[in-house]
Amino acid sequence: MNVLEIESLKKSFDGREVLKGISLSVAEGEVVAVIGPSGSGKSTLLRCATLLETMDGGALRYLGRAAAEPGRDGKTVYADAQALKEIRSTFGLVFQNFNLFPHYSVLRNIIDAPMCVQKRSRAEATETAMALLEKMGLADRAEAYPYQLSGGEQQRVSIARALAMGPKMLFFDEPTSALDPELTGDILRVIQSLAKEKMTMLIVTHEMAFARSVADRVIFMAGGVIVEEGKPEDVIDNPQNERTRAFLTKLTR
Amino acid sequence: MSFQVMLQQLGSGMLTSMLIFALTLLGSLPLALPVAFGRMSRFAPLRMLMRVYISFMRGTPLMLQLLVVYFGPWFLLKIPLSNGYRFYAVIIAFVLNYAAYFAEIYRAGIESIPRGQYEAAEVLGYSRGQTFRRIIFPQMVKRILPPVTNEIITLIKDTSLAFAIGVLEMFTLAKQIASAEKSMIPFVAAAAFYYIFNAVVAWAMERFERKLSYYR
Repeated sequence: MNVLEIESLKKSFDGREVLKGISLSVAEGEVVAVIGPSGSGKSTLLRCATLLETMDGGALRYLGRAAAEPGRDGKTVYADAQALKEIRSTFGLVFQNFNLFPHYSVLRNIIDAPMCVQKRSRAEATETAMALLEKMGLADRAEAYPYQLSGGEQQRVSIARALAMGPKMLFFDEPTSALDPELTGDILRVIQSLAKEKMTMLIVTHEMAFARSVADRVIFMAGGVIVEEGKPEDVIDNPQNERTRAFLTKLTR
Repeated sequence: MSFQVMLQQLGSGMLTSMLIFALTLLGSLPLALPVAFGRMSRFAPLRMLMRVYISFMRGTPLMLQLLVVYFGPWFLLKIPLSNGYRFYAVIIAFVLNYAAYFAEIYRAGIESIPRGQYEAAEVLGYSRGQTFRRIIFPQMVKRILPPVTNEIITLIKDTSLAFAIGVLEMFTLAKQIASAEKSMIPFVAAAAFYYIFNAVVAWAMERFERKLSYYR
């Protein structure tokens, strides 16, 4: 069963085509890493998939349910608000710069949405949150405020916040780009442990070590299209495409 | 007139001044929110309307606005002026004027909240109303406190403008007594009143700011 299906996704900004027909599906339990130079459209792809950006053309489905489909005239039509709300609850997103709520404590950041969106009781939400914080090694920071945490800790809280909603799939938007290099290991370990638990994940990243060690499949994007995809050892270590090769050489140099 | 009688008379004016102050805040602080929303609306006519409203309120003297609100009903609709209306005219003019200033402060506060806060809330499934009430508004309040304090302090001194239509607030009375008694003392007392009132308000606002400093 595919958790996510994207078909010929097109997106333009001010007449400039950023995504030129991307098709991509992610199976349950699969971890997909999307790599590529800046401006390749990988962030836009992630933003369209998480409904933060509207697509101009193509289809988007979660667990077989359409969030967006081409209408009669070919332009993409979105599902109604209620359906989108339900579809939104099937995935979570971890941002590059965390976007924690600064006025809420760590615990409140994690329990607020389960309580006010999913209408769960405080006790139940708190129990889930504490278990997640335990897993993230942050149980003793529950009462701290985001500004009191390091970047790595903030990112782990934001992962816990996304997981507290019980998503079927997690998206990561360059989760380590705002972190000091020595902190990326923490996040990598968290993602690896999630992968072991068969969490479906799509990770946009610059970190090749990351893609190599955690992904089942690597997708290389450039100029708004998928240039190459396959097992990490094939795409990263033995790229077939000229652009992939050029990108990877630039990174390792 | 003895010093005591003088103070007693000034005391009633003091209460009127404080009442103008309190009622203006009570009306303008909430009213400014829909004005700010209108000013940021995607619906162009509403946005323009709020723009014009704010520009009038900021572009003409408050004293003149006060006279318009007070005399307007008579000049425009021939409604006779009653004595009781004086006070209401002050409150209406002040609320309308201060709501315009507060609205611009709110707008600045709301627009300063990073896009990512909205996006995080959206992905977590918060409705638009929930996002504003739970995520945006509390952060906005913290950010706008210093400029709001400025306005509030200006308002204390602006209450003296009510003398223009003869409302018996502190300053009106001080002037009357000073000319009747040929004495500077009422003015000294008035100055002390405004200064102390301001000091108390500034102190309270500072405490409020400190209370919100539990996060950055």
